Amino acid sequence: MFKKDKTKLALTGGAAAALALKQIEPDVMPVYPITPQTPIIETYAKFCADGEAKTEMIEVESEHSAMSAAVGASAAGARTVTATSSQGLALMNEILYIASGMRLPIMMLVSARALSAPLNIHGDHSDVMGARDAGWIQIFCENTQEVYDKTIIGMKLAEAAKLPVMVIMDGFNTSHSVENLEVLDEKIVKKFLGEYRPEKHLLDVENPVTFGALALQNVYFEFKIDQEEAMWKAAKEYARIAEEYGKISGRKCGIFEKYKTKDAEKILILAGSTAGTAKDAVDDLRKKGEKTGLLKIELFRPFPYEKMAEALKNAKEIIVMDRALSSGSNAPLYSEIISSLYQIQDTKYKIQSVVYGLGGRDVFKKQIEDVVMGKIKSNYLT
Amino acid sequence: MNEKLTKHFAPGHSSCAGCGFPAVVRTILGEATTPIVVTNATGCLEVTSTIYPYSAWKVPYIHSAFENAAATISGVERAYKALYKKGKIKDKIKFVVFGGDGGTYDIGLQSLSGALERGHDFLYICYDNGGYMNTGNQRSSATPYGAATETTPAGKESFGKMETRKNLMEIVNAHRIAYLAQANVAYLADLKNKAKKALATEGPSFLNVFSPCQNNWKFPTSQYVNVAKLASETNFWPLYEISAIGGSAYGGEKRKYKITYEPGAPKPVSEFLKTQGRFKHLFSEKNKPVIDRIQKMVNEEFARIVSLTGE
Repeated sequence: MFKKDKTKLALTGGAAAALALKQIEPDVMPVYPITPQTPIIETYAKFCADGEAKTEMIEVESEHSAMSAAVGASAAGARTVTATSSQGLALMNEILYIASGMRLPIMMLVSARALSAPLNIHGDHSDVMGARDAGWIQIFCENTQEVYDKTIIGMKLAEAAKLPVMVIMDGFNTSHSVENLEVLDEKIVKKFLGEYRPEKHLLDVENPVTFGALALQNVYFEFKIDQEEAMWKAAKEYARIAEEYGKISGRKCGIFEKYKTKDAEKILILAGSTAGTAKDAVDDLRKKGEKTGLLKIELFRPFPYEKMAEALKNAKEIIVMDRALSSGSNAPLYSEIISSLYQIQDTKYKIQSVVYGLGGRDVFKKQIEDVVMGKIKSNYLT
Repeated sequence: MNEKLTKHFAPGHSSCAGCGFPAVVRTILGEATTPIVVTNATGCLEVTSTIYPYSAWKVPYIHSAFENAAATISGVERAYKALYKKGKIKDKIKFVVFGGDGGTYDIGLQSLSGALERGHDFLYICYDNGGYMNTGNQRSSATPYGAATETTPAGKESFGKMETRKNLMEIVNAHRIAYLAQANVAYLADLKNKAKKALATEGPSFLNVFSPCQNNWKFPTSQYVNVAKLASETNFWPLYEISAIGGSAYGGEKRKYKITYEPGAPKPVSEFLKTQGRFKHLFSEKNKPVIDRIQKMVNEEFARIVSLTGE
């Protein structure tokens, strides 16, 4: 499937993730199937079956146990990854907080999907937005190339920040779509990551440590403050590691991508695979004389409020496109943009929230153009 | 306390006076011939042994959540395999889980079943005190028939818990693991033997250990050994083991049952019940049939086990 002498390949997002994982070659990978994540773990299982990767895969009986086993493996000092989607991520929720609270550098690929009910297996961001307060770094990918790159960056970031990382691709739109991408030589990836050497781990029987102690009113708060500070520091770590990765790959990954925003009066903001369509819409609108730009979210947690405010300071109109709802509140990304703009007090913006693509609903270039041109007033782009 | 006894679990933990689980932990870990890594489900043992910045554990220890101790040890054990293969770890390490009956019979049953089926190299110990004692005595599926708890109180329309206990031994046995046994904190020599066998087993092994809770069963702290003893002297808690015939590492269909303690002429179950406040209401005239039913259940279960021993 993957020819070693070729660096240019055509792969689905799921296969690109599996290839990046193979080059990382984690020690342990607990797995549980769920659409549209399953191609990642199936591809990886075949690598192991063929002796191309030496990873202990654990075929657990639920996502709750997948994350629990990941916590155990990571606390035991193993480089640990897993993958999930939708209901699986929701089922893991309890243990997501334990992974981040124990400061375990687990890297998880999420093929983002709608949440039940009603049942829907297609892409949107409801699952990952539901996990946005769980103490995990969250990185969005636009396409298969970014899935490959950010899987590698995410692993290194987790270990540098001592925090778990979610690398997010859009279910089906990215996970199941074949696109061209460039990949690195495995040796380069391994060298970039280096060996994982945790300070403390369970298998160091000479120096026993207690993980997951009971912290009462006198210390719990301090633990949480430490964790929070680590999260904010992770933004810098991410920028540093992405830049370092840029040097070996020639590809730029950042906190966000600014597409023709420099002189833009109208700026679209969104995360994930729709960025590709939005870029086309921006190009078309510019041909018609509309000074439009796109700001593509890459790092969602920690959220780069100050950098966002700086990037938006010259815009007159901002359209925030969310692929999730936050029931009874503003849509998640829209909320963050409002918070960012609060930092610039002397500017008045016209700002619009548009929710699109729930449950895999397609979004077309023309629709995005209509939103920018003010032809669609609704908050729902159906 | 003597050094050998506190090699793995230090004194100074904050469990109740008259609680049996420190003896359970020390007796079992005392049989280890290799280094040990412990996983603990949320519960009394966990909260009384790890209040930050203190820890009673002198071995590597992880507590994650209530229902996932077996899944957690699965990750630890596979991490060990991965790092051992890479030569990063040289020692032979054995993996041990402690969970209460809430974390084992109820909320953790799925995770236990998964880990048993996958055949991880670990010993799972359920210390069974018949209910959710850490949260103040609520009913679990291990709570005995007739016992009053905060969620199954005795009253005009109720004689306490109206359902029979779950037979966890048979559920675990259905996974065809190589060794499992039922033990009792009042019979430490028997527990020791069983721990030795369980720890020597390659792959999963399981111990269900009777562990009275003086606080919620309502008996004087000085009486925990006597109460626990009566449980086996009445056949309320038979001591037995099940092993795979033929020494298959991951068990097998042929099972050997062995009773490790026989009281001879067993005492009536009321002798056990009357020692505890949780059964006090059963001794009213109205509830006399409940005690008769408990006696019948005890007799039937013991006869079933005896028949499986082939004797």
